[in-house]
Amino acid sequence: MMFFLEVLIGGLLAGVMYALVALGFVLIFKASGIFNFAQAAMVLFAAMFMGGMHNDWGLSYWLAIPLTLVIMVGVAWVIERVVLRPMVNQEPIILFMSTIGIFFALIGFAEIFWGSRSRTLDVGIPSDPIFLGDMLLQSYDLITAAIVATLVVGLVLFSQKTRMGRVLRAVADDHQAAQSVGIKLSTVWVVVWSIAGLVAVVAGIVWGGALGVQPVMVDVAFKALPVLLLGGLTSIPGAIVAGLIIGAGEALAEVYLGPIIGGGIDSWFAYIIAMAFMVWRPEGLFGEKIIERI
Amino acid sequence: MIYRESGQFKKTYQADQAILPLRQDRIFLILVLLVAFLVVPFTASNYVMNSLLLPFLIYSLAAIGLNILVGYCGQISLGTGGFMAVGAFAAWNLAIRTELPMPVIFVLAGLITSGAGVLFGLPALRIKGFYLAVTTLAAQFFLVWLLQRPWFNNYSASGVISAPDFHMFGWSIETVTDRYYLSLIILVVMALLAKNLVRSATGRKWMAIRDMDVAAEIIGIRPMPTKLKAFAVSSFFIGIAGVLWAFLYLGQLEADAFNIYTSFDVLFMVIIGGLGSILGCFLGAAFVVLVPIFLNIIPSALGLPLSTAMISYIEVFIFGSLIIFFLIVEPHGMARLWSIAKQKLRLWPFPY
Repeated sequence: MMFFLEVLIGGLLAGVMYALVALGFVLIFKASGIFNFAQAAMVLFAAMFMGGMHNDWGLSYWLAIPLTLVIMVGVAWVIERVVLRPMVNQEPIILFMSTIGIFFALIGFAEIFWGSRSRTLDVGIPSDPIFLGDMLLQSYDLITAAIVATLVVGLVLFSQKTRMGRVLRAVADDHQAAQSVGIKLSTVWVVVWSIAGLVAVVAGIVWGGALGVQPVMVDVAFKALPVLLLGGLTSIPGAIVAGLIIGAGEALAEVYLGPIIGGGIDSWFAYIIAMAFMVWRPEGLFGEKIIERI
Repeated sequence: MIYRESGQFKKTYQADQAILPLRQDRIFLILVLLVAFLVVPFTASNYVMNSLLLPFLIYSLAAIGLNILVGYCGQISLGTGGFMAVGAFAAWNLAIRTELPMPVIFVLAGLITSGAGVLFGLPALRIKGFYLAVTTLAAQFFLVWLLQRPWFNNYSASGVISAPDFHMFGWSIETVTDRYYLSLIILVVMALLAKNLVRSATGRKWMAIRDMDVAAEIIGIRPMPTKLKAFAVSSFFIGIAGVLWAFLYLGQLEADAFNIYTSFDVLFMVIIGGLGSILGCFLGAAFVVLVPIFLNIIPSALGLPLSTAMISYIEVFIFGSLIIFFLIVEPHGMARLWSIAKQKLRLWPFPY
């Protein structure tokens, strides 16, 4: 029983990290209807810049992280100018493909800058074992969960209490109506992509700290996608809840199901959970109900 | 001047329904086929055949398969790599476990892939759009994992197995020219099949579903058989492409070779070539095969002192940028550029 709980909690905490990546997807999808495949590349991009600045240039993290944030805002601006603006009113699949283009361009750019060498990214989150009764937990996971919770609370406050947040919600609700009351969509998109960049920086710190910074890190995207699906493409709480479900499900499956049907099932297990769930509820846990009219 | 339709009257229903209504187009196609069958094998070097033409032909076939699903039926799929792997492994296992003749094995491998396609297409009855696209990733990851189980590679220790030598109708496939001819023949036959299929009632039903599935349902098109048919046909094509990829191009089988990036590559071909166009599949495949090779050649041709690693990074960057550039310039793909060029050519040299 104790072992079960340990696995469960470990899985839940890993799920928080998936949710973090999924969060960036949700923000952009909500505000612009773009399925941003490049989110994972943004995570890697941010992590590589932070790691590179710290290790190669000798900057302290207090300087490297804000600098990376500035760079992410720049990236958001460039993406809006170069990619999104000329593609207004294109079909969603075309925009989706262009984000795959962004995915490769960002990775290529970061590699031109920093090479594909693996780096450490240790911002000083302690990773000690903590005993809670008889249960063994990692302090790294707990602190990560706290960071993510803070981030989510911050995002909620931002979207509920600030003027810009209200603008974002208006755009998410109805592009045309928002435009007709004088909201500039181009500014909103830069803001949204910048926030997604911020989320990517946080995700980069957390994932980079856990796995080290290296190009294979983009594979976290393939972990985050089923989370996104299960939670619904448009729901921030959905991303968190689904992250927890998938993290726990995956950890339990690896331990209890893995020995029976062969190892390595974590590459697809989350997808099968998401797929089975989607058949029952095609818009995900908390996604907006899809209404179709002719 | 030359490209005019004046004087070409359609006197029969048959002529009216021809795939290429213009005589000039027919002549052009025949010339292309003649070059492909009679000139290329005798002039191209082994390198060109092996690393340009074979991948081009096989990718074209896979792109046609995916285009049927994405371009004609509107169901986005990211599972192409997984289905190619199913085709390849099905053919290999049939080849070593049974005594069936090779053509039968090819068709059976295609049918097995169809089965897998239908199975993973079932959620498409409820799930739509991007939700479906991500769901099809399940096929990609699950199938590749499944095919890495020891039974499928006959308990080989390394997990990499070589494709068997084989012959068809007494023609043993050995040299690169043989492999080229076999791919070319299969591609031509299947492209013709696809072209006719998308012009048929089935193809029109697919397009109706693509344009608006609820409306299509109301005018009496049953979504379930139509969508599943698209998944089955598309997977059949992709499965055969997988067999060719493993048997003729790589010469060995490894489930990991059909990873998620294969799926993306094929999706690029379909989108850059043109959604809903068979011609576009060829153009897109040529683009995706050629661009990395050009990007590889250019720096050394210019004499830039770059390390191989740097070249590969720049390649990734430029590849991504080119995709964005292409989508901005012509979101409907190269097939649209081609038809615009033909329109212009019809009037040339007059302004209208």
